[in-house]
Amino acid sequence: MRPSNEPFWWAMFGAGGMITALLLPVLIILTGFVVPAGGVDFNQLDTLFNNPLVRLIILGVAFLSFFHAAHRIRHTLKDLGLRSVATPLAVLCYAAALAGTIWAALVVL
Amino acid sequence: MTTETMTDQRTVTLEVFRYHPDTDSEPSFQSYEVPYREEWVVLDALNWLKDEVDGTLSYRWSCRMGVCGSCGTMVNGYPRLTCNAFLREFLPGPIRVEPLRGFPVERDMVTVLDDFMEKLTDVKPYIIREEEQSLDEGEYRQSPSQLADYKQFSMCINCTLCYAACPVYEHEDDFLGPAVLALAQRYNLDSRDQGNEQRQQLIWADEGIWDCTFVGECSEVCPKDVDPAAAIQQAKVDATNNFFISFLPFTPPGMGR
Repeated sequence: MRPSNEPFWWAMFGAGGMITALLLPVLIILTGFVVPAGGVDFNQLDTLFNNPLVRLIILGVAFLSFFHAAHRIRHTLKDLGLRSVATPLAVLCYAAALAGTIWAALVVL
Repeated sequence: MTTETMTDQRTVTLEVFRYHPDTDSEPSFQSYEVPYREEWVVLDALNWLKDEVDGTLSYRWSCRMGVCGSCGTMVNGYPRLTCNAFLREFLPGPIRVEPLRGFPVERDMVTVLDDFMEKLTDVKPYIIREEEQSLDEGEYRQSPSQLADYKQFSMCINCTLCYAACPVYEHEDDFLGPAVLALAQRYNLDSRDQGNEQRQQLIWADEGIWDCTFVGECSEVCPKDVDPAAAIQQAKVDATNNFFISFLPFTPPGMGR
Protein backbone atom coordinates (compact mmCIF):
# COMPACT_ATOMS: atom_id res chain seq x y z
CA MET A 1 0.00 0.00 0.00
CA ARG A 2 1.25 3.47 -0.80
CA PRO A 3 1.90 5.92 2.02
CA SER A 4 -0.91 8.37 2.60
CA ASN A 5 -0.63 12.12 2.21
CA GLU A 6 -3.60 12.44 4.52
CA PRO A 7 -1.47 13.42 7.60
CA PHE A 8 -0.78 16.79 5.97
CA TRP A 9 -4.47 17.59 5.39
CA TRP A 10 -5.46 16.15 8.74
CA ALA A 11 -2.87 18.35 10.50
CA MET A 12 -4.31 21.44 8.79
CA PHE A 13 -7.79 20.23 9.72
CA GLY A 14 -6.74 19.78 13.34
CA ALA A 15 -4.97 23.13 13.57
CA GLY A 16 -7.91 24.80 11.82
CA GLY A 17 -10.40 23.19 14.18
CA MET A 18 -8.48 24.43 17.18
CA ILE A 19 -8.08 27.97 15.90
CA THR A 20 -11.69 28.12 14.66
CA ALA A 21 -13.05 26.98 18.01
CA LEU A 22 -10.88 29.39 19.97
CA LEU A 23 -10.79 32.55 17.87
CA LEU A 24 -13.76 32.71 15.50
CA PRO A 25 -16.42 33.16 18.22
CA VAL A 26 -14.31 35.97 19.70
CA LEU A 27 -13.89 37.66 16.32
CA ILE A 28 -17.58 37.32 15.48
CA ILE A 29 -18.72 38.68 18.82
CA LEU A 30 -16.15 41.49 18.73
CA THR A 31 -16.70 42.69 15.17
CA GLY A 32 -20.35 41.71 14.86
CA PHE A 33 -21.80 42.75 18.20
CA VAL A 34 -19.43 44.52 20.61
CA VAL A 35 -18.14 47.13 18.17
CA PRO A 36 -21.59 47.99 16.66
CA ALA A 37 -23.02 48.18 20.17
CA GLY A 38 -20.31 50.67 21.13
CA GLY A 39 -18.58 48.41 23.65
CA VAL A 40 -15.26 48.87 21.88
CA ASP A 41 -14.33 51.99 19.98
CA PHE A 42 -14.08 51.25 16.25
CA ASN A 43 -11.00 53.41 15.82
CA GLN A 44 -9.19 51.50 18.55
CA LEU A 45 -9.94 48.22 16.81
CA ASP A 46 -8.95 49.77 13.48
CA THR A 47 -5.57 50.76 14.90
CA LEU A 48 -5.09 47.24 16.22
CA PHE A 49 -6.03 45.68 12.90
CA ASN A 50 -3.59 47.97 11.09
CA ASN A 51 -0.70 46.39 12.91
CA PRO A 52 1.06 44.13 10.31
CA LEU A 53 1.51 41.35 12.86
CA VAL A 54 -2.23 41.33 13.68
CA ARG A 55 -3.04 41.25 9.95
CA LEU A 56 -0.75 38.28 9.53
CA ILE A 57 -2.47 36.49 12.43
CA ILE A 58 -5.89 37.18 10.92
CA LEU A 59 -4.69 35.78 7.61
CA GLY A 60 -3.46 32.71 9.47
CA VAL A 61 -6.86 32.27 11.12
CA ALA A 62 -8.60 32.58 7.73
CA PHE A 63 -6.14 30.18 6.07
CA LEU A 64 -6.53 27.44 8.70
CA SER A 65 -10.31 27.92 8.96
CA PHE A 66 -10.67 27.52 5.19
CA PHE A 67 -8.61 24.32 5.16
CA HIS A 68 -10.47 22.98 8.18
CA ALA A 69 -13.78 23.55 6.42
CA ALA A 70 -12.50 22.11 3.13
CA HIS A 71 -11.37 18.90 4.80
CA ARG A 72 -14.63 18.52 6.70
CA ILE A 73 -16.75 19.18 3.61
CA ARG A 74 -14.62 16.81 1.52
CA HIS A 75 -15.04 13.91 3.95
CA THR A 76 -18.71 14.62 4.63
CA LEU A 77 -19.50 14.57 0.91
CA LYS A 78 -17.47 11.39 0.52
CA ASP A 79 -19.42 9.77 3.37
CA LEU A 80 -22.66 10.95 1.77
CA GLY A 81 -21.84 8.94 -1.32
CA LEU A 82 -19.38 10.80 -3.56
CA ARG A 83 -16.80 8.01 -3.31
CA SER A 84 -16.39 7.47 -7.03
CA VAL A 85 -15.17 11.07 -7.45
CA ALA A 86 -13.07 11.18 -4.27
CA THR A 87 -9.94 12.58 -5.92
CA PRO A 88 -11.54 15.40 -7.95
CA LEU A 89 -13.61 16.19 -4.87
CA ALA A 90 -10.47 16.54 -2.74
CA VAL A 91 -8.82 18.75 -5.39
CA LEU A 92 -11.93 20.92 -5.62
CA CYS A 93 -12.26 21.34 -1.84
CA TYR A 94 -8.63 22.22 -1.20
CA ALA A 95 -8.49 24.45 -4.29
CA ALA A 96 -11.49 26.34 -2.91
CA ALA A 97 -9.69 26.67 0.43
CA LEU A 98 -6.59 27.96 -1.36
CA ALA A 99 -8.72 30.44 -3.33
CA GLY A 100 -10.30 31.60 -0.08
CA THR A 101 -6.88 32.05 1.49
CA ILE A 102 -5.64 34.10 -1.48
CA TRP A 103 -8.79 36.20 -1.31
CA ALA A 104 -8.23 36.73 2.43
CA ALA A 105 -4.61 37.71 1.75
CA LEU A 106 -5.72 40.31 -0.83
CA VAL A 107 -8.21 41.78 1.63
CA VAL A 108 -6.05 41.70 4.74
CA LEU A 109 -2.54 42.49 3.51
CA MET B 1 -48.57 -14.72 42.47
CA THR B 2 -50.67 -12.74 40.04
CA THR B 3 -47.78 -10.87 38.45
CA GLU B 4 -45.93 -14.10 37.82
CA THR B 5 -48.92 -15.66 36.12
CA MET B 6 -49.39 -12.58 33.98
CA THR B 7 -45.72 -12.54 32.98
CA ASP B 8 -45.79 -16.25 32.22
CA GLN B 9 -48.66 -15.88 29.86
CA ARG B 10 -47.25 -12.97 27.88
CA THR B 11 -45.51 -13.45 24.60
CA VAL B 12 -43.43 -11.20 22.42
CA THR B 13 -43.13 -11.21 18.65
CA LEU B 14 -39.74 -11.90 17.10
CA GLU B 15 -39.30 -10.91 13.45
CA VAL B 16 -36.42 -13.05 12.36
CA PHE B 17 -34.34 -12.62 9.22
CA ARG B 18 -34.39 -15.88 7.28
CA TYR B 19 -32.14 -16.73 4.36
CA HIS B 20 -30.97 -20.14 3.22
CA PRO B 21 -29.03 -19.56 -0.01
CA ASP B 22 -29.56 -23.12 -1.29
CA THR B 23 -33.36 -22.86 -1.20
CA ASP B 24 -34.28 -19.15 -0.91
CA SER B 25 -33.93 -16.78 -3.83
CA GLU B 26 -33.99 -13.82 -1.46
CA PRO B 27 -34.09 -13.12 2.27
CA SER B 28 -37.39 -12.71 4.10
CA PHE B 29 -38.63 -12.07 7.61
CA GLN B 30 -40.53 -14.66 9.59
CA SER B 31 -42.59 -13.74 12.66
CA TYR B 32 -42.67 -15.96 15.71
CA GLU B 33 -44.50 -15.64 19.02
CA VAL B 34 -42.00 -16.32 21.77
CA PRO B 35 -42.77 -16.66 25.48
CA TYR B 36 -41.82 -13.54 27.38
CA ARG B 37 -39.70 -13.96 30.50
CA GLU B 38 -38.32 -10.99 32.32
CA GLU B 39 -34.88 -12.60 32.65
CA TRP B 40 -34.70 -13.74 29.02
CA VAL B 41 -32.34 -12.21 26.53
CA VAL B 42 -32.86 -12.33 22.75
CA LEU B 43 -30.51 -15.33 22.61
CA ASP B 44 -32.78 -17.26 25.00
CA ALA B 45 -35.69 -16.52 22.71
CA LEU B 46 -33.73 -17.69 19.65
CA ASN B 47 -32.66 -20.87 21.47
CA TRP B 48 -36.28 -21.53 22.45
CA LEU B 49 -37.33 -21.07 18.82
CA LYS B 50 -34.65 -23.43 17.55
CA ASP B 51 -35.47 -26.09 20.19
CA GLU B 52 -39.26 -25.86 20.12
CA VAL B 53 -40.37 -24.41 16.79
CA ASP B 54 -37.88 -24.41 13.95
CA GLY B 55 -34.64 -26.38 14.06
CA THR B 56 -33.42 -24.86 10.79
CA LEU B 57 -32.89 -21.43 12.39
CA SER B 58 -29.18 -20.57 12.21
CA TYR B 59 -27.21 -18.14 14.39
CA ARG B 60 -23.90 -18.13 16.23
CA TRP B 61 -23.55 -18.24 19.98
CA SER B 62 -21.41 -19.84 22.59
CA CYS B 63 -20.79 -18.40 26.05
CA ARG B 64 -24.15 -16.68 26.87
CA MET B 65 -22.26 -14.15 29.01
CA GLY B 66 -20.77 -11.45 26.80
CA VAL B 67 -17.29 -12.93 26.63
CA CYS B 68 -17.00 -15.00 23.46
CA GLY B 69 -18.20 -12.41 20.95
CA SER B 70 -20.07 -14.92 18.75
CA CYS B 71 -23.66 -13.74 19.01
CA GLY B 72 -23.43 -10.28 17.44
CA THR B 73 -26.72 -9.50 15.67
CA MET B 74 -28.76 -6.48 14.68
CA VAL B 75 -31.55 -6.17 17.24
CA ASN B 76 -34.14 -3.62 16.15
CA GLY B 77 -31.55 -2.14 13.82
CA TYR B 78 -28.82 -1.73 16.43
CA PRO B 79 -25.73 -3.97 16.70
CA ARG B 80 -26.00 -6.00 19.93
CA LEU B 81 -24.80 -9.19 21.50
CA THR B 82 -28.03 -11.21 21.70
CA CYS B 83 -26.81 -12.59 25.04
CA ASN B 84 -26.99 -9.20 26.74
CA ALA B 85 -29.99 -7.76 24.90
CA PHE B 86 -32.91 -8.38 27.28
CA LEU B 87 -36.37 -8.91 25.81
CA ARG B 88 -37.68 -6.42 28.38
CA GLU B 89 -35.69 -3.61 26.70
CA PHE B 90 -37.81 -3.97 23.57
CA LEU B 91 -41.33 -4.28 24.96
CA PRO B 92 -43.97 -4.36 23.69
CA GLY B 93 -42.13 -5.58 20.61
CA PRO B 94 -41.95 -6.71 17.90
CA ILE B 95 -38.23 -7.39 18.07
CA ARG B 96 -36.53 -7.54 14.72
CA VAL B 97 -33.46 -9.78 14.59
CA GLU B 98 -31.12 -9.52 11.59
CA PRO B 99 -27.53 -10.45 10.71
CA LEU B 100 -24.87 -7.82 11.43
CA ARG B 101 -24.89 -5.07 8.81
CA GLY B 102 -21.96 -4.76 6.42
CA PHE B 103 -21.15 -8.47 6.17
CA PRO B 104 -22.22 -11.02 3.55
CA VAL B 105 -24.83 -13.46 4.89
CA GLU B 106 -24.05 -17.15 4.96
CA ARG B 107 -27.39 -18.31 6.35
CA ASP B 108 -29.99 -16.56 8.55
CA MET B 109 -28.01 -14.59 11.18
CA VAL B 110 -24.70 -16.25 10.33
CA THR B 111 -22.39 -13.81 8.55
CA VAL B 112 -19.21 -14.42 6.56
CA LEU B 113 -16.29 -13.14 8.64
CA ASP B 114 -13.45 -13.93 6.20
CA ASP B 115 -12.77 -10.28 5.37
CA PHE B 116 -12.52 -9.33 9.04
CA MET B 117 -10.34 -12.34 9.92
CA GLU B 118 -7.95 -11.62 7.03
CA LYS B 119 -7.57 -7.97 8.00
CA LEU B 120 -7.07 -8.95 11.62
CA THR B 121 -4.25 -11.33 10.65
CA ASP B 122 -2.70 -8.66 8.40
CA VAL B 123 -2.04 -6.22 11.27
CA LYS B 124 -0.15 -8.90 13.24
CA PRO B 125 -2.13 -8.69 16.49
CA TYR B 126 0.51 -10.32 18.69
CA ILE B 127 3.71 -9.27 20.41
CA ILE B 128 6.60 -8.98 17.99
CA ARG B 129 10.18 -8.96 19.32
CA GLU B 130 13.24 -8.15 17.27
CA GLU B 131 15.12 -10.46 19.58
CA GLU B 132 13.64 -12.64 22.29
CA GLN B 133 15.23 -12.01 25.64
CA SER B 134 16.88 -15.11 27.08
CA LEU B 135 15.05 -17.09 29.75
CA ASP B 136 17.59 -16.27 32.51
CA GLU B 137 16.78 -12.60 32.07
CA GLY B 138 13.31 -13.42 33.35
CA GLU B 139 9.96 -12.14 32.22
CA TYR B 140 9.24 -8.90 30.39
CA ARG B 141 8.25 -6.58 33.18
CA GLN B 142 5.68 -3.86 32.78
CA SER B 143 4.67 -1.02 35.09
CA PRO B 144 1.00 -0.35 35.88
CA SER B 145 1.09 2.78 33.76
CA GLN B 146 2.57 0.87 30.81
CA LEU B 147 -0.25 -1.64 31.20
CA ALA B 148 -2.82 1.16 31.37
CA ASP B 149 -1.61 2.49 27.99
CA TYR B 150 -3.13 -0.41 26.09
CA LYS B 151 -5.31 -2.35 28.53
CA GLN B 152 -8.73 -1.12 27.40
CA PHE B 153 -7.96 -2.03 23.78
CA SER B 154 -7.06 -5.55 24.89
CA MET B 155 -10.65 -6.09 26.07
CA CYS B 156 -11.85 -6.55 22.46
CA ILE B 157 -13.66 -9.86 21.91
CA ASN B 158 -13.79 -9.62 18.08
CA CYS B 159 -17.59 -9.55 18.09
CA THR B 160 -17.55 -7.16 15.09
CA LEU B 161 -20.44 -5.04 16.43
CA CYS B 162 -18.23 -2.02 15.67
CA TYR B 163 -18.05 -3.11 12.02
CA ALA B 164 -21.83 -3.27 11.79
CA ALA B 165 -21.98 0.22 13.33
CA CYS B 166 -19.31 1.75 11.08
CA PRO B 167 -20.74 3.60 8.06
CA VAL B 168 -17.32 3.62 6.42
CA TYR B 169 -16.74 -0.15 6.56
CA GLU B 170 -20.05 -0.69 4.80
CA HIS B 171 -18.87 1.32 1.78
CA GLU B 172 -15.08 0.96 1.67
CA ASP B 173 -14.12 -2.61 0.89
CA ASP B 174 -10.47 -2.13 1.84
CA PHE B 175 -10.99 -0.23 5.11
CA LEU B 176 -9.39 -2.20 7.97
CA GLY B 177 -12.16 -1.13 10.35
CA PRO B 178 -12.43 -0.28 14.05
CA ALA B 179 -11.59 -3.51 15.92
CA VAL B 180 -8.60 -4.35 13.73
CA LEU B 181 -7.17 -0.85 14.13
CA ALA B 182 -7.85 -0.87 17.89
CA LEU B 183 -6.03 -4.20 18.21
CA ALA B 184 -3.11 -2.96 16.11
CA GLN B 185 -2.92 0.02 18.47
CA ARG B 186 -3.16 -2.34 21.44
CA TYR B 187 0.10 -4.02 20.38
CA ASN B 188 1.74 -0.80 19.19
CA LEU B 189 1.21 0.65 22.67
CA ASP B 190 2.51 -2.42 24.47
CA SER B 191 5.96 -1.73 25.99
CA ARG B 192 7.00 -5.33 25.24
CA ASP B 193 6.21 -5.04 21.55
CA GLN B 194 8.66 -3.98 18.83
CA GLY B 195 6.44 -4.52 15.83
CA ASN B 196 5.32 -0.91 15.19
CA GLU B 197 7.19 -0.59 11.92
CA GLN B 198 5.76 -3.84 10.56
CA ARG B 199 2.21 -2.64 11.23
CA GLN B 200 2.71 0.98 10.17
CA GLN B 201 2.71 0.48 6.43
CA LEU B 202 -0.74 -1.06 6.62
CA ILE B 203 -2.43 1.00 9.30
CA TRP B 204 -0.99 4.35 8.15
CA ALA B 205 -2.27 3.83 4.61
CA ASP B 206 -5.47 5.42 3.30
CA GLU B 207 -7.22 2.06 3.81
CA GLY B 208 -6.06 2.03 7.43
CA ILE B 209 -6.73 4.88 9.83
CA TRP B 210 -7.34 7.55 7.19
CA ASP B 211 -10.60 6.12 5.87
CA CYS B 212 -12.04 6.72 9.33
CA THR B 213 -13.99 9.98 9.54
CA PHE B 214 -14.42 9.74 13.32
CA VAL B 215 -18.14 9.01 13.31
CA GLY B 216 -17.56 7.31 16.67
CA GLU B 217 -20.40 4.76 16.50
CA CYS B 218 -17.85 1.94 16.96
CA SER B 219 -17.16 3.13 20.49
CA GLU B 220 -20.88 3.59 21.19
CA VAL B 221 -21.85 0.01 20.37
CA CYS B 222 -18.86 -1.81 21.90
CA PRO B 223 -20.14 -4.22 24.57
CA LYS B 224 -16.72 -4.27 26.27
CA ASP B 225 -16.28 -0.48 26.48
CA VAL B 226 -13.33 -0.51 24.14
CA ASP B 227 -12.92 2.85 22.41
CA PRO B 228 -11.79 2.01 18.84
CA ALA B 229 -12.44 5.58 17.70
CA ALA B 230 -9.88 6.81 20.25
CA ALA B 231 -7.37 4.16 19.15
CA ILE B 232 -7.70 5.39 15.57
CA GLN B 233 -7.33 9.04 16.63
CA GLN B 234 -4.19 8.16 18.61
CA ALA B 235 -2.78 6.37 15.59
CA LYS B 236 -3.59 9.39 13.41
CA VAL B 237 -1.56 11.61 15.74
CA ASP B 238 1.37 9.16 15.59
CA ALA B 239 1.17 8.95 11.81
CA THR B 240 0.99 12.75 11.49
CA ASN B 241 3.96 13.33 13.82
CA ASN B 242 5.91 10.78 11.85
CA PHE B 243 4.89 12.38 8.53
CA PHE B 244 6.28 15.78 9.51
CA ILE B 245 9.33 14.40 11.31
CA SER B 246 10.24 12.45 8.18
CA PHE B 247 11.00 15.79 6.46
CA LEU B 248 13.55 16.74 9.13
CA PRO B 249 17.20 15.84 8.62
CA PHE B 250 17.31 14.55 12.21
CA THR B 251 14.95 12.84 14.67
CA PRO B 252 14.02 15.09 17.59
CA PRO B 253 14.72 13.49 20.98
CA GLY B 254 11.84 11.39 22.22
CA MET B 255 10.06 11.37 18.85
CA GLY B 256 11.78 8.37 17.28
CA ARG B 257 9.90 5.14 16.83
